[in-house]
Amino acid sequence: MSVSLAIVALVTAPLVAALIAVILPRWGPWLSLLVVAGNAAALVVLIPAIVSQGALTLPIGGWQAPLGITLRADGMALAFLTMAALVMAAVLVSARPEFGGGGEVTETRRQWAFWPLALLLWSALNVVFLSRDLFNLYVALELLTVSAVALVAIDGKADGLGAALRYLMFALLGSLAYLLGAALLYAQHGTLDIALLADQAIGGRAAVDMMAVGLMTAGLAAKTALFPFHAWLQPAHSGAPAPASAMLSALVPKASFAILIRIWFEALPGLATPPLLVTLGAMGAIAIVYGSVLALRQTRLKLMIAYSTVAQIGYLFLIFPLAGGDSYMQPWAAGAWTGVMFHALSHGLAKASMFLCAGLWIVAAGSDRIEAMRGLASATPMIASAFALAAVTLVGLPPSGGFTAKYLMLTSAFVSGQYVWAAVLLIGGLLSAAYLYRPLAVAFARDGDAVFKPVPRLAQAMPLMLALAAILLGLASQGPFALMQIGRPSSAEAGLQ
Amino acid sequence: MIDGTASDIAATGFDLVLAAMILGAGLFAVTVRDLFGAVVFFIVYGVFVALAWLRLGALDVALTEAALGAGLTGVLLIGAVARLGRRTGTQGTDALSRRSAFSVRSVSQIATMLVSAAVSVALGWAFLSLSDSDGLRAGVAANLDASGVSNPVTAVLINFRGWDTLLESIVLLAALIGLWSLWRDDDWGRRPGLRQHARADGVLAMFGRLLPPFGLLFGVYMVWVGSSLPGGAFQGGTVLAAVWLLMMMAGLMPPPMVTSARIRAVLIAGPLVFLSVGIIGAFAGGFLGLPPAYAKPLILMIEAALTLSIAATLALLVLGPPGGPAMPSGPGDAP
Repeated sequence: MSVSLAIVALVTAPLVAALIAVILPRWGPWLSLLVVAGNAAALVVLIPAIVSQGALTLPIGGWQAPLGITLRADGMALAFLTMAALVMAAVLVSARPEFGGGGEVTETRRQWAFWPLALLLWSALNVVFLSRDLFNLYVALELLTVSAVALVAIDGKADGLGAALRYLMFALLGSLAYLLGAALLYAQHGTLDIALLADQAIGGRAAVDMMAVGLMTAGLAAKTALFPFHAWLQPAHSGAPAPASAMLSALVPKASFAILIRIWFEALPGLATPPLLVTLGAMGAIAIVYGSVLALRQTRLKLMIAYSTVAQIGYLFLIFPLAGGDSYMQPWAAGAWTGVMFHALSHGLAKASMFLCAGLWIVAAGSDRIEAMRGLASATPMIASAFALAAVTLVGLPPSGGFTAKYLMLTSAFVSGQYVWAAVLLIGGLLSAAYLYRPLAVAFARDGDAVFKPVPRLAQAMPLMLALAAILLGLASQGPFALMQIGRPSSAEAGLQ
Repeated sequence: MIDGTASDIAATGFDLVLAAMILGAGLFAVTVRDLFGAVVFFIVYGVFVALAWLRLGALDVALTEAALGAGLTGVLLIGAVARLGRRTGTQGTDALSRRSAFSVRSVSQIATMLVSAAVSVALGWAFLSLSDSDGLRAGVAANLDASGVSNPVTAVLINFRGWDTLLESIVLLAALIGLWSLWRDDDWGRRPGLRQHARADGVLAMFGRLLPPFGLLFGVYMVWVGSSLPGGAFQGGTVLAAVWLLMMMAGLMPPPMVTSARIRAVLIAGPLVFLSVGIIGAFAGGFLGLPPAYAKPLILMIEAALTLSIAATLALLVLGPPGGPAMPSGPGDAP
């Protein structure tokens, strides 16, 4: 009972709070804190429950699939839910000074719109991580897209509007392709439930399934901003206000990626063919190199962080060749699968931390040029340490979660003899060290004359909390590692073939 | 016997003509140069598609396509074209930039056409190789008695897959929040939409007085009948939205203030009632579970609240941001 209530709380608490925030905008910050507390309580109930009992399912309305929609809390879902809760907690606390309203008498447009949009985005994420129904996932993706696009434009500047419109076009095309694929799968199999699809399509490689999954993969890749569908990402992520950028970069691409994993590893694992897996991996590899090189060339901090996201998303797609491939590689598939999950989680924490840092630094320095950050480290030591720790995670240095991720991926690449992907991983790591070194070197440089605006302590603590969580993910990797194995699809163990 | 074949042939002929007209309207909508013309063909296309749904026996889908796909989307697009015209009309078009962009545009147009054609061919081929599946028709029929309603579409939308409908109603609300978040800061607190100048004794004002009672009745009937016959919250809500828009256009009532707590309460009423029923259910035994004994009154309550919210949201989406003094004045606005 309490377990199913916890699942219900995860998907409904942010929704209820968002609705109330529409009429009572002043309550937005407090409602958000309530949702953070509620989500934390639900996770505290759920995680021990699934550790002891295994993955839990909740048929909504009591209707079993295929008629109804099922929510399922497995290890992967809970790992992503926890990451999202940490990021959202930090984002919502950080957003208070900017969107909280303070003592003004009249309500403003930005203050009214931010809280419902952020809370709706959170609820959409939670639904994506838990839902097992392909159409329900589509509706959740739509909710995610609409709120994310509005958040890109919330500053009301011309750049933001343009970026939001471009993002909307890409995301809508992606949604349509995904929906078309889901409709084909329903027409073929008479069900939209991931588990039932897996039972039905076992071993077969029907042409319709190939077509459907191809469309869905293309659509989701566009929404995840995989190269070459990344053109919308950097203007959208760098143009939004910092709390919104943190959500957009750390969380939103993870939702469409999670659905991709559900489709390829759980619903229709029989469809994978080596050329397909290599193609997806190659697009990821190009994204890593391309995004890193462009990040190196940026002179503005937020644009650099946004290009870094283009690169980091590339690593996610190495899951396809690393956890797939020929039979002799398969003993290492589980390691690669878990490694990519670690990467998704630690990138989420570190990237949110970095965007929050950037937002505070831009306020303190009055500019978003990297050069303007000279000497900031001594003025804002907490932000500087947060940025440095987040960089440690993104580069993949021990003892961070990023290190655990790269270690697992590299091991499986070397042992299974896929040296090309190992080389990509190493080059990507070196390049990220190069582009992240620059802002850090500038910030830690001495500059006695620089005058900065003071930044409140609580605001500085939020990115530090996230960066420490990313480090902790590597230091205490055993717990999350064991959690992610709960309800892990058998294809992640045996490898896609 | 002969009559049967004759009507079969007539029906097939009608379907073929309809299919050709759908394709033709679609083709014109994408090839016509003039934006307004494209929108008109888009609306025509929507009406034909609604007819096609009718021919396929999907009356609920046909109603929704006519109301939302052709009607509401058409009005939104016409509004967008009108605003675009006002914007670009003042700036004029730069012939030079147009010429230099021409090659890029035509390349991207050809690429789009090729991708669309490839997807269409692949879809057609996939459709022909589909295995016979009855979908969930049998499952819905078997559980219809426990759903509380006799219209299978309503049973799926509010009961079996109520979670989807709940989230969709919230997507609609999110779209309105997104639209309102694009307003200018100075406009916040004003009334949405252009200011209407209807003559008190004009045709519009007369229709504004004459039609609403019938529209209201029809909208409420659509929702009520939805439990047993085609109809429901989305279709009824669209009719009510049209009634409200007509009354505002006729100058009989002003649009609500964007900051009004009352209109915001109407906007969230539907999703909130639906969610509350779901959460109370979670404590009573199952999230969004409707016990068969209470299912019908609960569904009617949810539908009623949803209809109000959908009507308000759709009407406010159509009204859009405020026009008038704060808008940059176009050539036609000069006094």
